[in-house]
Amino acid sequence: MSLVLHQFRYDQKAFWRNPASVFFTVGFPVILLLIFATIFGDQTVDVRGGIKTTTYYVPAIITLSVISATMQSLAMSLVIAREDGRLKRGRGTPMPPWVFIAGRIGNSIVVALMMLILIAALGRLAYGVGIPWSRLPAIVLTLVVGAAAFCCLGIALTAAIPSQDAAAPIVNALLLPLYFLSGVFIPDDQLPSGVVHFADAFPIRHFFEAFFDAYVPGGGAAVSWGNLAVVAIWGVVGALLAVRYFRWTPRSG
Amino acid sequence: MSYGDVEAVRGIDLEVQRGEVFAFLGPNGAGKTSTVEILEGYRKRSGGEVSVLGEDPERAGRRWRERIGIVLQSCRLDPYLTVRESLQLYAGYYEAPRPIEETIELVGLLGKADARASALSGGQQRRLDVGMALIGDPELLFLDEPTTGFDPSARRQAWETIAGLRDLGKTVFLTTHYMDEAQRLADRVTVISGGEIVARGTPEDLGDRESRPARISYREGGQEVALETTTPVQTLNELTGRALAEGRELEGLEVTRPSLEDVYLELTEQT
Repeated sequence: MSLVLHQFRYDQKAFWRNPASVFFTVGFPVILLLIFATIFGDQTVDVRGGIKTTTYYVPAIITLSVISATMQSLAMSLVIAREDGRLKRGRGTPMPPWVFIAGRIGNSIVVALMMLILIAALGRLAYGVGIPWSRLPAIVLTLVVGAAAFCCLGIALTAAIPSQDAAAPIVNALLLPLYFLSGVFIPDDQLPSGVVHFADAFPIRHFFEAFFDAYVPGGGAAVSWGNLAVVAIWGVVGALLAVRYFRWTPRSG
Repeated sequence: MSYGDVEAVRGIDLEVQRGEVFAFLGPNGAGKTSTVEILEGYRKRSGGEVSVLGEDPERAGRRWRERIGIVLQSCRLDPYLTVRESLQLYAGYYEAPRPIEETIELVGLLGKADARASALSGGQQRRLDVGMALIGDPELLFLDEPTTGFDPSARRQAWETIAGLRDLGKTVFLTTHYMDEAQRLADRVTVISGGEIVARGTPEDLGDRESRPARISYREGGQEVALETTTPVQTLNELTGRALAEGRELEGLEVTRPSLEDVYLELTEQT
């Protein structure tokens, strides 16, 4: 366990020193929130009997941040490390492989929690979107389950990425359309029901709904068990695929 | 030993002594890396017996990995960690690592300890690579083509580092396609070509260099004359005796033995 912490410490250092990872994981969600709030700030969204746009976008952008800090960031950085030969080198040491993976997952979950704090604080200070303190346990539970599931999916996804150059296109081609279709970018009262049904086949929509239920009071129970279970099942499938197909040696060269 | 449908190497029989620098020499694609990866435990073999430090690498565990160090043929570093941090990270993987600062000094990176890997030259990165393989204080070190692509001064520095490892009592398994590298560093050399071993010996007696015919050449009437002889002393005596008697000089007289490079090229040519 102390070895996992050791690995985690250096993963944190490398993460925060990498301008690309900091921009896409931290800067990009903040910019998106500012843009959406500026453009649509005065409008209302027709969910829960009408809420402010910013109240909608704060949990939406936190959802995006969590997926970005986990699935996107892990898939990209692991493919880069694999093709660099760095994963192979690590396998030549006495470090058990699960320690390395646990360190990376821990890194992603911690970044996801930091993004929760950052976006929630920004929403509160800039747009007056209240932080539902009484729902904090539900929020953290939902976030951690989602983060873990999307970590597993990100690790599994590396098996489908053949090279460093292919990492960003493949990850973005998967995630960006689903953000739109799942109501993360466009409020779901404006989406045709067919689109939402389609998005229901994928984990992003379920995670967004679960997180939205936890963050925005008025929709019943704080923990959306049904949605969270779907997310968890996706995570388990991802974990099984990752165990089966994840590779430590470069695919090219 | 094969992988996929291609048999990479066959009938390879190697024995490396404790404390020696063993060079495994061969052209690109000869099967060097396949062999080394089997020894390192990265690759499964289709047949044969392998024992490294008394264990089968395919089944060896953590304890065995504590005792070996691996420098891969091509491996980059984490660009965002410094020399010291990279070594600290790897030191944490081992039960009894070498002291960090001493290792930095050993691989000649004292002035660069706080530089990020991305700011190091190719040669410096390779030396950090060696440092990371040494940090666990291994008994056996694998070096897979450690100087490929280096400029002459970077190669010289890398050679000094490797020569220093022998003084530490490490066993070094060196893979290379440079003859001069093997000659300079190795106690014993084995040459592989086309997946089979074609020669073995010390750098001096490799391919029976000593017993090969010497080549005597000179110019006579503007014509280049060359002859090969297994008794160079006698042949020279006859030649020079005749020239003396006739009162002429043997212009450009040269006696050469096949160089290690010649022997190597000849050995690896047929395949």
